[in-house]
Amino acid sequence: MSTKIGEIVESTSTEFTAECYELNVIPALGSLVKVAEPKVEIFGIVCQSGTAGIEPGRHPVARGKDEESEEAVYQSSPQLMKLLRSEFQVLVVGYKTEGKIYQYLPSKPAHIHAFVHVCSAEEIKHFSQSSDFLSILVNTRLEIPVEELITATLREMSKGRSDTHAFMVAAGKSLTWILSGDYRRLKTILVRLRQ
Amino acid sequence: MEIQPNQNLGIVVAGSVEKGTEVRLDSSASVEDMVVGRYVTIEGKKRRFFGMVTDISLGVTDEEITISPPDTNDVFTAEILEGAATYGSLHILPMLTISDALTGVIEEPQPVKTLPSHFSRVKLASEADMERVFGKEDKSNFNIGNPLDMETKLCLNLEELVKRSNGIFGKSGTGKTFLTRLLLIGMLQKSKATNLIFDMHNEYGWAGSFEGGKGGVKALKQFFPSKVAVFTLDEENSRHRGVSTDFVVRIGYDEIEPEDISLLRQTLNLTDPAVEAVYQLKRHLGKGWMLKTLDMPDSDETEALLQSMNIHESTFSNLRRGLAPIRRLPFLVPHAQMNAVNSILEYLERGINVVLEFGRYRDTTAYMLVANMLASRIYKRYQEKTEVSMAGGITSPTPLVITIEEAHKFLNREIASYTIFGTIAREMRKYNVTLLVIDQRPSAIDEEVMSQLGTKITCLLDNEKDIEAVLAGVNGKNELKTVLARLAPKQQALIFGHAVPMPIAFRPRDWGTAKSYEEFNVGSASDKKAEKDIKELFE
Repeated sequence: MSTKIGEIVESTSTEFTAECYELNVIPALGSLVKVAEPKVEIFGIVCQSGTAGIEPGRHPVARGKDEESEEAVYQSSPQLMKLLRSEFQVLVVGYKTEGKIYQYLPSKPAHIHAFVHVCSAEEIKHFSQSSDFLSILVNTRLEIPVEELITATLREMSKGRSDTHAFMVAAGKSLTWILSGDYRRLKTILVRLRQ
Repeated sequence: MEIQPNQNLGIVVAGSVEKGTEVRLDSSASVEDMVVGRYVTIEGKKRRFFGMVTDISLGVTDEEITISPPDTNDVFTAEILEGAATYGSLHILPMLTISDALTGVIEEPQPVKTLPSHFSRVKLASEADMERVFGKEDKSNFNIGNPLDMETKLCLNLEELVKRSNGIFGKSGTGKTFLTRLLLIGMLQKSKATNLIFDMHNEYGWAGSFEGGKGGVKALKQFFPSKVAVFTLDEENSRHRGVSTDFVVRIGYDEIEPEDISLLRQTLNLTDPAVEAVYQLKRHLGKGWMLKTLDMPDSDETEALLQSMNIHESTFSNLRRGLAPIRRLPFLVPHAQMNAVNSILEYLERGINVVLEFGRYRDTTAYMLVANMLASRIYKRYQEKTEVSMAGGITSPTPLVITIEEAHKFLNREIASYTIFGTIAREMRKYNVTLLVIDQRPSAIDEEVMSQLGTKITCLLDNEKDIEAVLAGVNGKNELKTVLARLAPKQQALIFGHAVPMPIAFRPRDWGTAKSYEEFNVGSASDKKAEKDIKELFE
């Protein structure tokens, strides 16, 4: 079963931002999440995440000088749980409708306040049968290096699979076709995948 | 994993009629399983093409890969790049169209005039395809071997083959003699032509030698005792080798004509005036001119005679020096009791093939003199007979195939126009006589003669000039060069020309083992006598 982890607070055709229900409980970089709407399930890859104060003007200050641990900081200042929030950004990579998965952008963006779920191992396996979504990742401009995101995504997807090597090789071949003409970039990714 | 005949090898990605098609190898097929010279079919949209792999190459989608390839121990990256960023490609020369894919009509293979469209699939040619192109073994088709790396039989239509002059080429020791023997056996079995073989090295009559092996291999007469007669120039040598001969050839000095000497001018080191002098001497001295010339004393009379003929003294001594080696040939006698030409013709007319063994007289002078003398007189008779038959409507004489070795000596640029073999090669089958030319230096043979050869079979050649000469004028010459240069030094050959629908590299049938001998019996079932003879041979 997939677990509900957050709610969309900003949405476009290509990506959306979700706020986590619990502070610091953020899906891993590169993990597959989905938004379940009545007729369509939108899939995305977590491409950025972070925690900051609710009000843009108020910068958090250090509070743990006299505390023993991080937990103690939160215990002595319980308001922090309300004043801070964790958010993550998701790159839309496909959708599912009528039982079929399409690895390209849905016709409409996800709704604000729609729930975001972390995908189950079964769903990840189903989605990653094809690696066409990699071309969306390759061609996106992000704050973090795309190579990092691709590596993280493939690592996340390969977790819990029995055929990790075969999966990595197949994905590597897809990347090779997508990145033909840019061997250096390809090599950067492949070196990371190998480790 | 071995490639299956039905497996997809790849798809056509580029090409031209002149240069052939470029095929991207499928990632499931290993480039190492591909072999130059393999046969493939290309499934075009409208028709099927039959072609040959002429080159194999490795490619990369990004040149950068060749500059910084993955580390040798980086198996993972290499595995990913293989087939995705690196690929194998085949160069295929389409040669025939073999059927119409739309209508499914199977037609006779036609020479290629177009190309398969982009992304047509390529497969290995199946046995059935090969059979359709190269025919089945039957009454006139003779199995000469298997195409390289295939089990299919390669069959030659020998009736067609003997209609033109043919050539067998190859470096020394590549199996020319085996191939010739095979072809001769085939002709004896499947064609109506009779053979006259000038057997310089005593290989084709009773038994042949086996390079690197002990003992010999059986030759024509052991298979077809009733159809082959062995003539010899050297009775003693034949007896030593245990060959029972049918006729001992003696040649009379009075049979030698000035033309016969004229074409030996290179071998005998004769100057042009000396050759001229031969004609004058014949005119003056008549039939016995040669002996008389050789026996002329150094007297004033001789001097006077020479002066009357305007022959300079130095010319005369050049001529005498030149003629001396001929005199040393023991098979030459002042006057031969039995005319060799007549005897040969008599045998040939009865449909018996004649092998003329040279015994110990393997030098060029003897071979050229005898071969040319006999062949020109026999050819003349055939010419007469054919002309009579044309005028009178009677049947023309049975086709004759004359086999000559060291052919470049007869057919080189300087003397091809003088020798009878040059004439036969050029005039072809007009008079029902054709040649089977065996040679190791095809570049030395006159180009005009080479261009008239119908079918050429060539074993390995490595001299650039020889390869050029053999392949001159063949479609897809450059591609065939690659195939020819990569033939194994033994037991592999390339055949192309009139008798085969397309060039093909093949491995000739085994020869020399009991099993191979038995296999040859099957084909000669029609020849009851020969069959019986062979049975006796094995008992």
